[in-house]
Amino acid sequence: MPSLKDLKNRIGSVKNTRKITKAMQMVAAAKLRRAQEAAEAARPYADRMNAVIAGLATSVGGSDGAPRLLAGTGADKVHLLVVMTAERGLCGGFNTTIVRLARARANELLAQGKVVKILTVGKKGREQLRRDLGDHFVGHVDLSDVKRVGYVNAQEIARDILNRYDAGEFDVATIFFNRFQSVISQIPTAQQIIPAQPGEAVATNTLYDYEPSEEAILADLLPRGVAMQIFTALLENGASEQGARMSAMDNATRNAGDMINKLTIQYNRSRQAAITKELIEIISGAEAL
Amino acid sequence: MANTLQFDLVSPERKLASAQVTEVQIPGADGDMTAMEGHAATITTLRPGILKAVSPQATLAFAVTGGFAEITASGVTVLAERAIPVSDLTGTLLDELIQEARDLAAMAEDKDAGDKIVNDLQALRYAATH
Repeated sequence: MPSLKDLKNRIGSVKNTRKITKAMQMVAAAKLRRAQEAAEAARPYADRMNAVIAGLATSVGGSDGAPRLLAGTGADKVHLLVVMTAERGLCGGFNTTIVRLARARANELLAQGKVVKILTVGKKGREQLRRDLGDHFVGHVDLSDVKRVGYVNAQEIARDILNRYDAGEFDVATIFFNRFQSVISQIPTAQQIIPAQPGEAVATNTLYDYEPSEEAILADLLPRGVAMQIFTALLENGASEQGARMSAMDNATRNAGDMINKLTIQYNRSRQAAITKELIEIISGAEAL
Repeated sequence: MANTLQFDLVSPERKLASAQVTEVQIPGADGDMTAMEGHAATITTLRPGILKAVSPQATLAFAVTGGFAEITASGVTVLAERAIPVSDLTGTLLDELIQEARDLAAMAEDKDAGDKIVNDLQALRYAATH
């Protein structure tokens, strides 16, 4: 049975914890709004670019002159997994769900006798994957100094990946990130970026002229498309992280509240018990006289 | 009132401009072109240069470094990786861009394309400061 003083201290400490989680929740809520706005703002560009790439890919795709980014290397041996996680923890299952998906994919590929290479973006994923898949790491992108993820960051990652592709280091690249659905639900997603998988071309009755040529434009656009997909993934991830943190901290705040209630009841009971005990002592002392 | 077309300029991070204009001057990879209402549907890549959207009220001018433009009879959508309003354009900013392009050109396999971008940027720098 803890003493009254112990109980009081514990209530105090849980109250402090609740203050912290509450503050974190509010910070996450503010950041979430900004992250969502950023994701929203990037959508027109991404949509347009995907539409144009899809249109071009359907017309150029079948020919022999199709760029390597679209046609692939012709092999399916070496896979690059780009695992995008957060730089910080305390955001519920956010990092774990991405890592779990990536690990499942890596094990599946290894079981098929494929070579797996892993590029990590964000510290948390690296830490979680190091133990069983650490031998497969080929690189890491540190975004902990970046306050606000910009297109420049995505471009750097894309450049790194494209250079590796040109050097023949891998055949297929897949990115892993959390797609933002709502504050309480983020969907871990695997998306193949190389060779490009253009969506279905929307049938239009406009026939475009292409300058310089369809092939040249496609060759110019595909690397940008890779960068844009990474950028979109980074933004989705950013929004998801804040959403996950917000709901995790909301739960933590509520749990702390419940705990405080329980501890307070226990505290009141033991105080009452002490008072009763003292009264009994006084009364029985008086009766003995 | 001249016929107008819808002009949109978007960068990966946000929408930069959206307006009704009468003509858009585009620095296309194969040469500059001006799109007006009823232009044949065209998709072109951009080279570094000045993009101008002219409307009776105002002229919007941006320096773009690359990307592509989609022209239809009723509108022009420009997707630029980086677009800077000409009023914000300074020599130092352009020098940075040129340096960046040089670094990239040095890494790229296709030397000609990289050098061409550097040349275009230098022409832009010259035009902007003289």
